[in-house]
Amino acid sequence: MALLEVENLHVYYGNIHALKGISLKVDPGEIVTLIGANGAGKSTTLKTISGLLRPRGGQITLAGEDLSAMSPHGIVAKGVVHVPEGRRIFGRLSVTENLEMGAFTRTDRSGIEADLERVFGMFPRLRERRAQVAGTLSGGEQQMLATGRGLMTRPKVLLLDEPSMGLAPVLVDLIYDSIKEINASGTTILLVEQNAFMALSVASRGYVLQTGEVVLQGSAADLKANEEVRRAYLGG
Amino acid sequence: MQSSLMRRLSVVDLYLWAFRIVVLVVVVWGMIGTIMARRYPGEVWIDFVVYGLSQGSIYALIALGYTMVYGILRMINFAHGEVFMSGAYTAYFVAAAFGRSGYLDRNPVVSLLVVLAVAMITSTAIAVLLERVAYRPLRGSPRLVPLIAAIGASFFLQYAFRGFFGSGFQAYPETQVLKGTWAIAGISILRTQAVVLVAAVLMMLGLYAFVMRTKTGTAMRAVSEDREAAALMGIDVDRAIVIAFAVGASMAGAAGFLYALVFKQVHFFMGFIPGIKAFTAAVLGGIGNIPGAMLGGLFLGIFESAGPILFLDGLGIVAPYQLKDVIAFTMLVMVLIFRPSGIMGERLVVKKA
Repeated sequence: MALLEVENLHVYYGNIHALKGISLKVDPGEIVTLIGANGAGKSTTLKTISGLLRPRGGQITLAGEDLSAMSPHGIVAKGVVHVPEGRRIFGRLSVTENLEMGAFTRTDRSGIEADLERVFGMFPRLRERRAQVAGTLSGGEQQMLATGRGLMTRPKVLLLDEPSMGLAPVLVDLIYDSIKEINASGTTILLVEQNAFMALSVASRGYVLQTGEVVLQGSAADLKANEEVRRAYLGG
Repeated sequence: MQSSLMRRLSVVDLYLWAFRIVVLVVVVWGMIGTIMARRYPGEVWIDFVVYGLSQGSIYALIALGYTMVYGILRMINFAHGEVFMSGAYTAYFVAAAFGRSGYLDRNPVVSLLVVLAVAMITSTAIAVLLERVAYRPLRGSPRLVPLIAAIGASFFLQYAFRGFFGSGFQAYPETQVLKGTWAIAGISILRTQAVVLVAAVLMMLGLYAFVMRTKTGTAMRAVSEDREAAALMGIDVDRAIVIAFAVGASMAGAAGFLYALVFKQVHFFMGFIPGIKAFTAAVLGGIGNIPGAMLGGLFLGIFESAGPILFLDGLGIVAPYQLKDVIAFTMLVMVLIFRPSGIMGERLVVKKA
Protein backbone atom coordinates (compact mmCIF):
# COMPACT_ATOMS: atom_id res chain seq x y z
CA MET A 1 0.00 0.00 0.00
CA ALA A 2 1.17 3.48 -0.75
CA LEU A 3 2.37 5.49 2.24
CA LEU A 4 1.11 8.82 0.99
CA GLU A 5 -1.70 8.92 -1.49
CA VAL A 6 -3.34 11.92 -3.14
CA GLU A 7 -6.51 11.31 -5.06
CA ASN A 8 -8.31 13.61 -7.45
CA LEU A 9 -7.24 16.77 -5.60
CA HIS A 10 -8.97 20.04 -6.48
CA VAL A 11 -7.68 23.29 -5.03
CA TYR A 12 -8.77 26.86 -5.72
CA TYR A 13 -7.22 30.25 -5.03
CA GLY A 14 -10.41 32.29 -4.92
CA ASN A 15 -11.89 31.58 -8.31
CA ILE A 16 -8.71 30.27 -9.86
CA HIS A 17 -8.75 26.53 -10.27
CA ALA A 18 -5.14 25.75 -9.33
CA LEU A 19 -5.20 21.97 -9.04
CA LYS A 20 -7.55 20.14 -11.37
CA GLY A 21 -7.80 16.65 -10.03
CA ILE A 22 -4.25 15.64 -9.21
CA SER A 23 -3.60 12.06 -8.17
CA LEU A 24 -0.29 10.66 -7.05
CA LYS A 25 1.12 8.15 -4.65
CA VAL A 26 4.36 7.67 -2.80
CA ASP A 27 5.42 4.23 -1.62
CA PRO A 28 7.40 3.71 1.60
CA GLY A 29 11.11 4.42 1.15
CA GLU A 30 10.75 6.09 -2.24
CA ILE A 31 11.89 9.44 -3.55
CA VAL A 32 9.18 10.74 -5.84
CA THR A 33 9.51 14.02 -7.66
CA LEU A 34 7.04 16.53 -9.03
CA ILE A 35 8.46 18.49 -11.92
CA GLY A 36 6.96 21.18 -14.06
CA ALA A 37 7.18 24.82 -15.00
CA ASN A 38 6.43 27.81 -12.79
CA GLY A 39 2.75 27.88 -11.87
CA ALA A 40 2.14 24.24 -12.73
CA GLY A 41 0.85 23.59 -9.22
CA LYS A 42 3.83 21.84 -7.63
CA SER A 43 4.05 24.01 -4.52
CA THR A 44 0.26 24.16 -4.30
CA THR A 45 0.19 20.37 -4.12
CA LEU A 46 2.68 20.34 -1.24
CA LYS A 47 0.89 23.14 0.60
CA THR A 48 -2.36 21.24 0.35
CA ILE A 49 -0.79 18.03 1.63
CA SER A 50 0.70 19.88 4.62
CA GLY A 51 -2.64 21.55 5.42
CA LEU A 52 -1.79 25.16 4.59
CA LEU A 53 -4.40 25.08 1.83
CA ARG A 54 -7.78 23.37 2.02
CA PRO A 55 -8.79 21.20 -0.93
CA ARG A 56 -12.26 21.69 -2.35
CA GLY A 57 -12.34 18.11 -3.51
CA GLY A 58 -10.32 14.95 -3.32
CA GLN A 59 -8.52 13.04 -0.65
CA ILE A 60 -5.08 12.90 0.97
CA THR A 61 -4.26 9.82 2.99
CA LEU A 62 -1.24 8.74 4.99
CA ALA A 63 -1.17 4.94 5.33
CA GLY A 64 -4.92 4.95 4.82
CA GLU A 65 -5.66 7.77 7.31
CA ASP A 66 -7.38 10.86 5.91
CA LEU A 67 -5.31 14.04 6.34
CA SER A 68 -7.38 16.47 4.29
CA ALA A 69 -9.35 17.94 7.20
CA MET A 70 -6.46 18.12 9.68
CA SER A 71 -4.68 21.26 10.88
CA PRO A 72 -1.08 21.81 9.74
CA HIS A 73 0.30 21.01 13.19
CA GLY A 74 -1.85 17.87 13.36
CA ILE A 75 -0.40 16.71 10.05
CA VAL A 76 3.14 17.28 11.33
CA ALA A 77 2.33 15.18 14.36
CA LYS A 78 1.21 12.40 11.98
CA GLY A 79 4.64 12.44 10.36
CA VAL A 80 4.27 14.48 7.18
CA VAL A 81 6.60 17.46 7.17
CA HIS A 82 6.89 20.20 4.60
CA VAL A 83 10.17 22.09 4.12
CA PRO A 84 8.80 25.12 2.32
CA GLU A 85 10.10 26.97 -0.70
CA GLY A 86 12.46 29.82 0.16
CA ARG A 87 13.59 28.00 3.32
CA ARG A 88 11.50 30.14 5.71
CA ILE A 89 13.84 29.69 8.63
CA PHE A 90 13.22 31.79 11.75
CA GLY A 91 15.79 34.52 11.13
CA ARG A 92 15.80 35.98 14.63
CA LEU A 93 16.13 32.63 16.40
CA SER A 94 19.47 30.91 16.83
CA VAL A 95 20.39 27.88 14.74
CA THR A 96 19.82 25.58 17.70
CA GLU A 97 16.48 27.20 18.49
CA ASN A 98 15.39 26.72 14.88
CA LEU A 99 16.23 23.03 15.12
CA GLU A 100 14.45 22.79 18.46
CA MET A 101 11.35 24.25 16.86
CA GLY A 102 11.53 21.38 14.38
CA ALA A 103 11.23 19.05 17.34
CA PHE A 104 8.30 21.03 18.76
CA THR A 105 5.80 18.18 18.72
CA ARG A 106 8.22 15.73 20.33
CA THR A 107 8.80 15.12 24.01
CA ASP A 108 11.51 12.43 23.93
CA ARG A 109 14.48 14.40 25.28
CA SER A 110 17.11 11.82 24.44
CA GLY A 111 15.71 11.24 20.95
CA ILE A 112 15.80 14.98 20.27
CA GLU A 113 19.42 15.16 21.44
CA ALA A 114 20.32 12.25 19.19
CA ASP A 115 18.61 13.84 16.17
CA LEU A 116 20.32 17.15 16.87
CA GLU A 117 23.63 15.29 16.73
CA ARG A 118 22.53 13.61 13.52
CA VAL A 119 21.71 16.94 11.86
CA PHE A 120 24.99 18.45 13.05
CA GLY A 121 26.76 15.35 11.73
CA MET A 122 25.09 15.76 8.36
CA PHE A 123 25.75 19.52 8.20
CA PRO A 124 28.91 20.33 10.20
CA ARG A 125 28.56 24.00 9.21
CA LEU A 126 25.45 24.21 11.36
CA ARG A 127 27.31 22.91 14.37
CA GLU A 128 29.91 25.65 13.95
CA ARG A 129 27.15 28.23 13.87
CA ARG A 130 24.79 26.73 16.39
CA ALA A 131 24.61 29.81 18.62
CA GLN A 132 24.41 32.25 15.72
CA VAL A 133 21.19 34.02 14.76
CA ALA A 134 19.83 32.16 11.73
CA GLY A 135 19.20 35.31 9.70
CA THR A 136 22.95 35.79 9.36
CA LEU A 137 23.52 32.44 7.64
CA SER A 138 24.30 32.20 3.93
CA GLY A 139 21.70 30.84 1.50
CA GLY A 140 23.24 27.38 1.45
CA GLU A 141 23.47 27.24 5.22
CA GLN A 142 19.86 28.36 5.48
CA GLN A 143 18.83 25.50 3.19
CA MET A 144 20.80 23.11 5.41
CA LEU A 145 19.04 24.55 8.43
CA ALA A 146 15.60 24.28 6.80
CA THR A 147 16.28 20.67 5.85
CA GLY A 148 17.66 19.88 9.28
CA ARG A 149 14.72 21.57 10.95
CA GLY A 150 12.39 19.38 8.91
CA LEU A 151 14.33 16.29 9.94
CA MET A 152 14.02 17.21 13.60
CA THR A 153 10.32 16.41 13.40
CA ARG A 154 11.43 12.83 12.61
CA PRO A 155 9.12 12.61 9.60
CA LYS A 156 7.73 9.56 7.86
CA VAL A 157 7.32 11.61 4.70
CA LEU A 158 9.42 14.68 3.97
CA LEU A 159 8.00 17.17 1.46
CA LEU A 160 10.84 19.22 -0.01
CA ASP A 161 9.99 22.31 -2.04
CA GLU A 162 12.77 23.57 -4.33
CA PRO A 163 15.73 22.71 -2.12
CA SER A 164 18.21 23.78 -4.81
CA MET A 165 16.70 27.19 -5.51
CA GLY A 166 19.25 29.97 -5.68
CA LEU A 167 22.18 27.83 -4.59
CA ALA A 168 25.64 27.55 -6.14
CA PRO A 169 26.25 24.21 -7.93
CA VAL A 170 28.58 22.93 -5.20
CA LEU A 171 25.90 23.52 -2.62
CA VAL A 172 23.23 21.94 -4.79
CA ASP A 173 25.33 18.78 -4.85
CA LEU A 174 25.78 18.94 -1.11
CA ILE A 175 22.04 19.32 -0.51
CA TYR A 176 21.26 16.49 -2.90
CA ASP A 177 23.77 14.21 -1.16
CA SER A 178 21.97 14.94 2.07
CA ILE A 179 18.62 14.15 0.43
CA LYS A 180 19.96 10.75 -0.64
CA GLU A 181 21.36 10.18 2.84
CA ILE A 182 18.04 11.07 4.49
CA ASN A 183 16.24 8.72 2.14
CA ALA A 184 18.74 5.93 2.72
CA SER A 185 18.04 6.14 6.43
CA GLY A 186 14.39 5.31 5.76
CA THR A 187 12.57 8.60 5.20
CA THR A 188 10.19 8.75 2.27
CA ILE A 189 10.56 11.91 0.20
CA LEU A 190 8.30 13.87 -2.10
CA LEU A 191 10.51 16.34 -3.93
CA VAL A 192 9.38 19.37 -5.90
CA GLU A 193 11.94 20.85 -8.25
CA GLN A 194 12.35 23.15 -11.19
CA ASN A 195 15.77 21.64 -11.64
CA ALA A 196 14.26 18.55 -13.26
CA PHE A 197 17.61 16.98 -14.09
CA MET A 198 18.77 16.95 -10.46
CA ALA A 199 15.41 15.75 -9.24
CA LEU A 200 15.20 12.87 -11.71
CA SER A 201 18.74 11.80 -10.87
CA VAL A 202 17.80 10.99 -7.26
CA ALA A 203 14.14 10.02 -7.64
CA SER A 204 12.79 6.59 -8.47
CA ARG A 205 9.60 7.93 -10.01
CA GLY A 206 8.25 11.25 -11.14
CA TYR A 207 5.12 13.16 -12.13
CA VAL A 208 5.08 15.98 -14.64
CA LEU A 209 2.63 18.75 -13.80
CA GLN A 210 1.22 21.26 -16.24
CA THR A 211 -1.34 23.94 -15.30
CA GLY A 212 -2.70 21.95 -12.41
CA GLU A 213 -2.83 18.53 -14.00
CA VAL A 214 -0.59 15.49 -14.14
CA VAL A 215 0.31 15.18 -17.80
CA LEU A 216 2.91 12.45 -17.52
CA GLN A 217 4.16 9.98 -14.98
CA GLY A 218 6.61 7.16 -14.86
CA SER A 219 9.96 5.93 -13.62
CA ALA A 220 12.72 8.51 -13.40
CA ALA A 221 14.66 6.77 -16.14
CA ASP A 222 11.66 6.78 -18.52
CA LEU A 223 10.98 10.46 -17.83
CA LYS A 224 14.60 11.33 -18.42
CA ALA A 225 14.47 9.55 -21.75
CA ASN A 226 11.11 11.03 -22.77
CA GLU A 227 11.39 13.42 -25.71
CA GLU A 228 8.86 15.93 -24.44
CA VAL A 229 10.37 16.05 -20.98
CA ARG A 230 13.81 16.50 -22.45
CA ARG A 231 12.66 19.38 -24.58
CA ALA A 232 10.54 21.14 -21.99
CA TYR A 233 12.42 20.60 -18.72
CA LEU A 234 15.87 19.24 -19.33
CA GLY A 235 16.97 21.82 -21.86
CA GLY A 236 17.94 19.46 -24.59
CA MET B 1 7.91 64.11 -12.10
CA GLN B 2 11.10 63.12 -10.39
CA SER B 3 12.08 66.65 -9.51
CA SER B 4 8.65 67.65 -8.25
CA LEU B 5 8.68 64.59 -5.99
CA MET B 6 12.07 65.63 -4.69
CA ARG B 7 10.84 69.12 -4.05
CA ARG B 8 7.81 67.91 -2.16
CA LEU B 9 9.89 65.60 -0.04
CA SER B 10 12.32 68.31 0.86
CA VAL B 11 9.52 70.67 1.85
CA VAL B 12 8.17 68.07 4.22
CA ASP B 13 11.66 67.44 5.50
CA LEU B 14 12.18 71.13 6.01
CA TYR B 15 8.99 71.37 7.99
CA LEU B 16 9.97 68.38 10.14
CA TRP B 17 13.41 69.81 10.76
CA ALA B 18 11.86 73.12 11.76
CA PHE B 19 9.57 71.26 14.14
CA ARG B 20 12.45 69.33 15.61
CA ILE B 21 14.51 72.48 16.09
CA VAL B 22 11.66 74.36 17.71
CA VAL B 23 11.02 71.52 20.15
CA LEU B 24 14.72 71.22 20.92
CA VAL B 25 15.07 74.94 21.50
CA VAL B 26 12.05 74.97 23.80
CA VAL B 27 13.36 71.97 25.71
CA VAL B 28 16.88 73.36 26.10
CA TRP B 29 15.61 76.82 26.97
CA GLY B 30 13.32 75.37 29.58
CA MET B 31 16.01 73.18 31.06
CA ILE B 32 18.47 76.03 31.34
CA GLY B 33 15.81 78.20 32.88
CA THR B 34 14.87 75.56 35.44
CA ILE B 35 18.45 74.79 36.37
CA MET B 36 19.48 78.43 36.62
CA ALA B 37 16.55 79.19 38.87
CA ARG B 38 17.79 76.54 41.36
CA ARG B 39 14.34 76.29 42.79
CA TYR B 40 14.50 72.52 43.11
CA PRO B 41 17.14 70.85 45.26
CA GLY B 42 18.71 67.49 44.36
CA GLU B 43 16.40 65.42 46.57
CA VAL B 44 13.40 66.62 44.62
CA TRP B 45 14.90 65.34 41.41
CA ILE B 46 15.60 61.99 43.02
CA ASP B 47 11.97 61.89 44.08
CA PHE B 48 10.92 62.63 40.54
CA VAL B 49 13.04 59.82 39.20
CA VAL B 50 11.84 57.31 41.79
CA TYR B 51 8.23 58.27 41.20
CA GLY B 52 8.84 58.11 37.46
CA LEU B 53 10.39 54.66 37.70
CA SER B 54 7.52 53.24 39.71
CA GLN B 55 4.91 54.84 37.46
CA GLY B 56 6.92 53.81 34.42
CA SER B 57 7.20 50.22 35.53
CA ILE B 58 3.39 50.07 35.59
CA TYR B 59 3.30 51.44 32.06
CA ALA B 60 5.96 48.91 31.09
CA LEU B 61 3.91 46.00 32.42
CA ILE B 62 0.87 47.12 30.44
CA ALA B 63 2.97 47.87 27.37
CA LEU B 64 4.16 44.26 27.28
CA GLY B 65 0.65 43.14 26.42
CA TYR B 66 0.39 45.57 23.52
CA THR B 67 3.76 44.62 22.20
CA MET B 68 3.33 40.84 22.48
CA VAL B 69 -0.03 40.85 20.73
CA TYR B 70 1.32 43.17 18.07
CA GLY B 71 4.41 41.03 17.63
CA ILE B 72 2.41 37.91 16.99
CA LEU B 73 -0.71 39.25 15.19
CA ARG B 74 0.32 42.71 13.93
CA MET B 75 -2.77 43.98 15.70
CA ILE B 76 -3.19 46.72 18.30
CA ASN B 77 -5.40 45.37 21.04
CA PHE B 78 -7.07 48.60 22.07
CA ALA B 79 -9.09 46.79 24.71
CA HIS B 80 -5.88 46.11 26.62
CA GLY B 81 -6.39 49.11 28.90
CA GLU B 82 -9.73 47.63 29.88
CA VAL B 83 -8.13 44.25 30.50
CA PHE B 84 -5.93 46.11 33.00
CA MET B 85 -8.98 47.81 34.53
CA SER B 86 -10.93 44.53 34.85
CA GLY B 87 -8.13 42.93 36.82
CA ALA B 88 -7.75 45.84 39.19
CA TYR B 89 -11.51 46.25 39.61
CA THR B 90 -12.23 42.60 40.32
CA ALA B 91 -9.31 42.37 42.72
CA TYR B 92 -10.80 45.35 44.55
CA PHE B 93 -13.67 43.19 45.80
CA VAL B 94 -11.28 40.68 47.28
CA ALA B 95 -9.11 43.40 48.77
CA ALA B 96 -12.15 45.11 50.26
CA ALA B 97 -13.33 41.86 51.83
CA PHE B 98 -9.87 41.29 53.32
CA GLY B 99 -9.87 44.90 54.52
CA ARG B 100 -13.25 44.54 56.25
CA SER B 101 -12.32 41.31 57.98
CA GLY B 102 -9.03 42.79 59.14
CA TYR B 103 -7.10 39.96 57.48
CA LEU B 104 -5.30 42.48 55.27
CA ASP B 105 -3.41 43.85 58.25
CA ARG B 106 -3.05 40.59 60.11
CA ASN B 107 -1.44 38.85 57.20
CA PRO B 108 -0.56 41.47 54.60
CA VAL B 109 1.79 39.36 52.49
CA VAL B 110 -0.63 36.51 51.93
CA SER B 111 -3.61 38.75 51.35
CA LEU B 112 -1.76 41.00 48.91
CA LEU B 113 -0.54 37.96 47.00
CA VAL B 114 -4.10 36.65 46.81
CA VAL B 115 -5.34 40.01 45.55
CA LEU B 116 -2.53 40.05 42.98
CA ALA B 117 -3.43 36.55 41.85
CA VAL B 118 -7.09 37.49 41.46
CA ALA B 119 -6.16 40.51 39.37
CA MET B 120 -3.88 38.49 37.13
CA ILE B 121 -6.34 35.62 36.69
CA THR B 122 -9.27 37.94 35.91
CA SER B 123 -7.31 39.89 33.32
CA THR B 124 -6.04 36.71 31.73
CA ALA B 125 -9.50 35.18 31.56
CA ILE B 126 -11.00 38.30 30.01
CA ALA B 127 -8.24 38.62 27.40
CA VAL B 128 -8.47 34.95 26.44
CA LEU B 129 -12.25 35.27 26.13
CA LEU B 130 -11.89 38.41 24.00
CA GLU B 131 -9.43 36.68 21.72
CA ARG B 132 -11.75 33.74 21.30
CA VAL B 133 -15.04 35.56 20.68
CA ALA B 134 -13.97 38.90 19.23
CA TYR B 135 -10.62 38.55 17.49
CA ARG B 136 -10.14 34.99 16.29
CA PRO B 137 -13.25 34.94 14.05
CA LEU B 138 -11.87 38.08 12.37
CA ARG B 139 -8.35 36.74 11.87
CA GLY B 140 -8.66 36.54 8.09
CA SER B 141 -10.24 39.96 7.58
CA PRO B 142 -8.50 43.25 6.73
CA ARG B 143 -6.43 44.73 9.52
CA LEU B 144 -8.86 47.53 10.28
CA VAL B 145 -11.62 45.10 11.23
CA PRO B 146 -10.06 43.55 14.36
CA LEU B 147 -8.92 47.03 15.35
CA ILE B 148 -12.52 48.22 15.38
CA ALA B 149 -13.56 45.06 17.20
CA ALA B 150 -10.95 45.94 19.83
CA ILE B 151 -12.36 49.44 20.26
CA GLY B 152 -15.81 47.90 20.58
CA ALA B 153 -14.55 45.42 23.15
CA SER B 154 -13.00 48.27 25.06
CA PHE B 155 -16.33 50.11 25.31
CA PHE B 156 -18.10 46.88 26.12
CA LEU B 157 -15.86 46.23 29.11
CA GLN B 158 -15.97 49.80 30.37
CA TYR B 159 -19.73 49.98 30.31
CA ALA B 160 -20.19 46.45 31.58
CA PHE B 161 -18.21 47.40 34.68
CA ARG B 162 -20.06 50.68 34.95
CA GLY B 163 -23.37 48.90 34.63
CA PHE B 164 -22.60 46.33 37.29
CA PHE B 165 -20.64 48.38 39.79
CA GLY B 166 -21.61 52.00 39.19
CA SER B 167 -19.72 54.96 37.87
CA GLY B 168 -18.16 56.08 41.15
CA PHE B 169 -14.68 55.54 42.50
CA GLN B 170 -14.19 52.58 44.80
CA ALA B 171 -11.58 53.08 47.49
CA TYR B 172 -9.00 50.33 47.79
CA PRO B 173 -8.31 49.47 51.41
CA GLU B 174 -4.89 50.50 52.65
CA THR B 175 -2.40 48.18 54.25
CA GLN B 176 -0.67 49.47 57.37
CA VAL B 177 2.66 47.94 56.37
CA LEU B 178 2.73 49.86 53.12
CA LYS B 179 2.08 53.25 54.68
CA GLY B 180 4.97 55.63 55.05
CA THR B 181 8.44 55.40 53.63
CA TRP B 182 11.51 53.22 53.69
CA ALA B 183 15.00 54.62 53.65
CA ILE B 184 16.99 52.83 50.98
CA ALA B 185 20.58 53.90 50.37
CA GLY B 186 19.90 57.19 52.08
CA ILE B 187 16.90 58.02 49.93
CA SER B 188 13.49 57.81 51.46
CA ILE B 189 11.09 56.03 49.19
CA LEU B 190 7.36 55.59 49.58
CA ARG B 191 6.80 51.96 50.49
CA THR B 192 4.17 51.47 47.80
CA GLN B 193 6.58 52.77 45.19
CA ALA B 194 9.30 50.41 46.32
CA VAL B 195 6.88 47.47 46.20
CA VAL B 196 5.66 48.47 42.76
CA LEU B 197 9.17 48.79 41.42
CA VAL B 198 10.40 45.48 42.83
CA ALA B 199 7.28 43.55 41.82
CA ALA B 200 7.30 44.97 38.30
CA VAL B 201 10.98 44.19 37.79
CA LEU B 202 10.46 40.61 38.99
CA MET B 203 7.47 40.17 36.68
CA MET B 204 9.39 41.51 33.70
CA LEU B 205 12.39 39.30 34.38
CA GLY B 206 10.06 36.32 34.66
CA LEU B 207 8.37 37.19 31.40
CA TYR B 208 11.65 37.72 29.63
CA ALA B 209 12.96 34.36 30.81
CA PHE B 210 9.72 32.72 29.69
CA VAL B 211 9.91 34.19 26.21
CA MET B 212 13.64 33.63 25.72
CA ARG B 213 14.29 30.37 27.56
CA THR B 214 11.25 28.11 27.37
CA LYS B 215 10.05 26.03 24.47
CA THR B 216 6.66 27.73 24.47
CA GLY B 217 8.32 31.14 24.48
CA THR B 218 10.56 30.18 21.58
CA ALA B 219 7.51 28.89 19.71
CA MET B 220 5.81 32.26 20.27
CA ARG B 221 8.81 34.03 18.79
CA ALA B 222 8.77 31.62 15.87
CA VAL B 223 5.07 32.29 15.23
CA SER B 224 5.59 36.05 15.40
CA GLU B 225 8.29 35.74 12.78
CA ASP B 226 6.62 33.40 10.29
CA ARG B 227 3.22 32.04 11.20
CA GLU B 228 3.04 29.62 8.26
CA ALA B 229 6.50 28.17 8.73
CA ALA B 230 5.76 27.74 12.43
CA ALA B 231 2.61 25.78 11.58
CA LEU B 232 4.68 23.59 9.26
CA MET B 233 6.95 22.73 12.18
CA GLY B 234 3.99 21.45 14.16
CA ILE B 235 3.45 24.53 16.31
CA ASP B 236 -0.20 25.12 17.13
CA VAL B 237 -0.45 28.73 15.99
CA ASP B 238 -3.81 29.43 17.64
CA ARG B 239 -2.45 28.20 20.92
CA ALA B 240 0.65 30.39 20.64
CA ILE B 241 -1.58 33.40 19.97
CA VAL B 242 -3.78 32.64 22.98
CA ILE B 243 -0.68 32.33 25.15
CA ALA B 244 0.58 35.71 23.95
CA PHE B 245 -2.76 37.26 24.91
CA ALA B 246 -2.80 35.43 28.24
CA VAL B 247 0.73 36.32 29.24
CA GLY B 248 0.31 39.95 28.20
CA ALA B 249 -2.97 40.14 30.09
CA SER B 250 -1.51 38.62 33.25
CA MET B 251 1.10 41.40 33.19
CA ALA B 252 -1.71 43.94 32.78
CA GLY B 253 -3.55 42.36 35.71
CA ALA B 254 -0.45 42.67 37.87
CA ALA B 255 -0.11 46.27 36.72
CA GLY B 256 -3.72 46.87 37.72
CA PHE B 257 -3.02 45.59 41.21
CA LEU B 258 0.09 47.76 41.56
CA TYR B 259 -1.74 50.77 40.19
CA ALA B 260 -4.43 50.29 42.82
CA LEU B 261 -1.75 50.07 45.53
CA VAL B 262 -0.38 53.45 44.50
CA PHE B 263 -3.59 55.32 43.73
CA LYS B 264 -5.80 53.47 46.20
CA GLN B 265 -8.91 53.56 44.07
CA VAL B 266 -10.53 51.90 41.09
CA HIS B 267 -12.98 53.21 38.55
CA PHE B 268 -14.55 51.84 35.38
CA PHE B 269 -12.66 54.35 33.22
CA MET B 270 -9.29 53.89 34.94
CA GLY B 271 -7.89 51.79 32.07
CA PHE B 272 -8.15 54.42 29.39
CA ILE B 273 -5.29 56.81 30.16
CA PRO B 274 -2.79 54.19 31.41
CA GLY B 275 -3.72 52.09 28.38
CA ILE B 276 -2.94 54.90 25.96
CA LYS B 277 0.23 55.78 27.88
CA ALA B 278 1.37 52.17 27.81
CA PHE B 279 0.65 52.04 24.10
CA THR B 280 2.83 55.14 23.77
CA ALA B 281 5.52 53.36 25.77
CA ALA B 282 5.31 50.33 23.48
CA VAL B 283 5.67 52.51 20.38
CA LEU B 284 8.46 54.43 22.06
CA GLY B 285 10.41 51.23 22.67
CA GLY B 286 9.63 49.81 19.25
CA ILE B 287 6.36 47.94 19.05
CA GLY B 288 6.72 44.18 18.88
CA ASN B 289 9.95 44.35 20.87
CA ILE B 290 9.69 43.06 24.45
CA PRO B 291 12.75 44.72 26.04
CA GLY B 292 11.71 47.82 24.09
CA ALA B 293 8.33 47.90 25.82
CA MET B 294 10.00 47.64 29.22
CA LEU B 295 12.47 50.42 28.44
CA GLY B 296 9.81 52.54 26.79
CA GLY B 297 7.62 52.30 29.88
CA LEU B 298 10.36 53.30 32.30
CA PHE B 299 11.51 56.08 30.00
CA LEU B 300 8.00 57.47 29.63
CA GLY B 301 7.48 57.29 33.40
CA ILE B 302 10.61 59.30 34.17
CA PHE B 303 9.95 61.72 31.36
CA GLU B 304 6.47 62.33 32.61
CA SER B 305 7.47 62.86 36.21
CA ALA B 306 10.60 64.94 35.72
CA GLY B 307 9.78 66.45 32.33
CA PRO B 308 7.17 69.04 33.24
CA ILE B 309 9.36 70.75 35.82
CA LEU B 310 12.56 70.27 33.88
CA PHE B 311 11.31 71.60 30.57
CA LEU B 312 8.38 73.84 31.39
CA ASP B 313 9.10 75.45 34.73
CA GLY B 314 12.03 77.35 33.29
CA LEU B 315 9.76 78.79 30.63
CA GLY B 316 7.70 80.42 33.34
CA ILE B 317 4.70 78.17 32.87
CA VAL B 318 2.55 78.02 35.96
CA ALA B 319 1.65 74.58 37.36
CA PRO B 320 3.65 72.68 34.75
CA TYR B 321 2.70 69.37 36.29
CA GLN B 322 -0.77 69.76 34.82
CA LEU B 323 0.89 69.43 31.44
CA LYS B 324 2.54 66.06 31.97
CA ASP B 325 0.18 64.40 29.50
CA VAL B 326 1.07 67.03 26.93
CA ILE B 327 4.69 66.06 27.38
CA ALA B 328 3.95 62.35 27.12
CA PHE B 329 1.99 62.67 23.93
CA THR B 330 4.33 65.22 22.36
CA MET B 331 6.95 62.58 22.87
CA LEU B 332 4.76 60.03 21.07
CA VAL B 333 4.39 62.40 18.12
CA MET B 334 8.13 63.08 18.11
CA VAL B 335 8.93 59.38 18.09
CA LEU B 336 6.43 58.69 15.33
CA ILE B 337 7.95 61.43 13.21
CA PHE B 338 11.64 60.94 13.81
CA ARG B 339 12.08 57.32 14.73
CA PRO B 340 8.98 55.37 13.75
CA SER B 341 10.65 52.09 14.62
CA GLY B 342 11.14 53.16 18.26
CA ILE B 343 14.18 53.10 20.54
CA MET B 344 14.86 49.37 20.26
CA GLY B 345 12.96 48.77 17.06
CA GLU B 346 14.82 47.30 14.16
CA ARG B 347 13.99 47.89 10.56
CA LEU B 348 12.24 44.78 9.43
CA VAL B 349 14.40 43.09 6.86
CA VAL B 350 12.30 40.57 5.01
CA LYS B 351 14.55 37.88 3.71
CA LYS B 352 13.28 36.13 0.65
CA ALA B 353 14.91 33.05 -0.78
